[in-house]
Amino acid sequence: MSDKVLTANRLSDGISVWLDASGQWVEDLQSAFVARHAEAVSALEATGTAAFADNKVVDVNVIEIEEKDGLLRPLRLRERIRAEGPTIDYAPGYRGLLGPFEAA
Amino acid sequence: MYRYDEFDHAFVSERVAQFRDQVGRRLSGELAEDAFKPLRLMNGVYLQLHAYMLRVAIPYGTLNSRQLRMLAHIARKYDRGYGHFTTRQNIQYNWPRLADTPDILAELATVEMHALQTSGNCIRNVTADHFAGAAADEVADPRPYAEILRQWSSVHPEFSFLPRKFKIAVTGAERDRAAIQVHDIGLHLKKNEDGRIGFAVYVGGGQGRTPMIAKKIRDFLPEEDLLSYTTAIMRVYNLHGRRDNKYKARIKILVHETGAEELAGQVEQEFLQLKDTELKLPEADIAAITAYFAPPELKSRPEGWESLARWKKADAGFARWVEQNVAPHKHPDCGMVTISLKPIGGIPGDASDKQMEAVADLAEEFAFDEIRVSHEQNLILPHVALADLEPLYRGLVAQGLATANAGLITDIIACPGLDYCALANARSIPLAQELSTRFGAAERQAEIGELKIKISGCINACGHHHVGHIGLLGVEKKGAELYQITLGGSGDENSSIGEIIGRGFEPEKVTDAVETIVDTYLGLRRDKAETFLEAYRRVGPQPFKDALYGATQAAA
Repeated sequence: MSDKVLTANRLSDGISVWLDASGQWVEDLQSAFVARHAEAVSALEATGTAAFADNKVVDVNVIEIEEKDGLLRPLRLRERIRAEGPTIDYAPGYRGLLGPFEAA
Repeated sequence: MYRYDEFDHAFVSERVAQFRDQVGRRLSGELAEDAFKPLRLMNGVYLQLHAYMLRVAIPYGTLNSRQLRMLAHIARKYDRGYGHFTTRQNIQYNWPRLADTPDILAELATVEMHALQTSGNCIRNVTADHFAGAAADEVADPRPYAEILRQWSSVHPEFSFLPRKFKIAVTGAERDRAAIQVHDIGLHLKKNEDGRIGFAVYVGGGQGRTPMIAKKIRDFLPEEDLLSYTTAIMRVYNLHGRRDNKYKARIKILVHETGAEELAGQVEQEFLQLKDTELKLPEADIAAITAYFAPPELKSRPEGWESLARWKKADAGFARWVEQNVAPHKHPDCGMVTISLKPIGGIPGDASDKQMEAVADLAEEFAFDEIRVSHEQNLILPHVALADLEPLYRGLVAQGLATANAGLITDIIACPGLDYCALANARSIPLAQELSTRFGAAERQAEIGELKIKISGCINACGHHHVGHIGLLGVEKKGAELYQITLGGSGDENSSIGEIIGRGFEPEKVTDAVETIVDTYLGLRRDKAETFLEAYRRVGPQPFKDALYGATQAAA
């Protein structure tokens, strides 16, 4: 079984978020809680369902990741782009992997 | 252009208030996502990979400077300082907060704009020739009819829950710049032998998973019958269109499965019932709407010709821009200007808030306050005196908006692709950027001539790849991106669907593959006047297959 994390988009602004070990939705995949066995995955799924029902997040999904050079990396390109942002310099102020968007 | 009346103002304001209440209830948890999602979609709010997306309608792609300034303001205040002009003449914002969307819609309403019917299974924004009202080859301005269709279709109770979305395009010119043959309904304005205005009616075109060229089901529909005949088509579709399978629900499938002749018969039968009802357009109503679109008073300014010759001689960059981006206007002293949103190596269709404001200023100063959005993701100033071209050009240069590539190989259509879109399988924008950089040299583009590359990141074909002279479709294969190439597509008056040329190419190989195709064309064309499309139609796919895959392999 590949490792898994729980991801969603925040209801209020739609920004991609991941669930961390303390049950918070955070904007950084690297802080996500990693489920490494079936029970932990079930717990993630249950947390996701509850968070959706609680109107905190939408589009909740468990996704597959791998750990590479100490970094979490989603297996699917789609999820890597969700985690890292668009692969293009779309606007001044965009810093890609370096951090959240700050208007230039 | 059309101005809202009291009814329009009240209607749009009411919808904003309604949506504000819905968003409030969603954020408080009173409304669940399943209940809210269709409501937000009815107001143009999608959820993409990184954030919500708001798609704002630009009816038939027509804007004034006040509206464009508002679009810039929204980009700056509520988004990340830019917007993306789409292949349906709309604009999308990629980062709005859900909580802000009611405020955005309220601000849009102050300039007579909204986001209604930019999503959902309804009649979407009616699109039109971006040179409407200015083109020399035009029989009549298509926009009054597009506006009549817009008013009729706005929250039309009978057509708000169709089997699938529904797109109508109108052109009034001989050359089809609105791609009407790949729309659910395509209307081609024409005059009959008595000089009466009417439409050739095409039905059942579309791209997506099952691309089809529309069938002509009426050679001449008098203008007064526009709504009754369109209603007849919608009724036949609403009744018989498939609701059991999303992928077979568009009218193109119904036309294909029923047969154009049989379907035309069904439409005519419906039409007989509707022809002499309240749907018949009174002449006075058509005249009233047409009056809104009266062209500006274009004065005779013959001195522009002399100035133009002088400016062109003095500045090769300006000369190239005029050659490529300025088309003949019906008034001899004017031109139609394409403002390219395809800078070399840039993102097709994106414009920053500052650029939008600059275009608004320039439109006010030099272009009678009229701006258009083209389905090719550029902006257009339809009425510019030749005598004003040079100062306009200087203004555009200052904003990085004077790329001289309209209709050339770097004037690429690309959907947002996997960089933004939740439906995409592969990225479109980085490929467009790489191709643009590869072919960006002015001399090389000029040598290649007219060549339209269109890129979609999934089979839904928002990037119109099926009608690209060279079409690129991104797919996901074994977890990686792969690009399928189609050749020979076209979205004009001689529409055709491109043919898949062979197996796909990895991202790092696809630009080379396109270059091989282009070099093959350059090697086999009769002369410089033979465009890529003409050459492809003459020789067929084989020389290109041979060049891409080797003669033996392609024959196997």
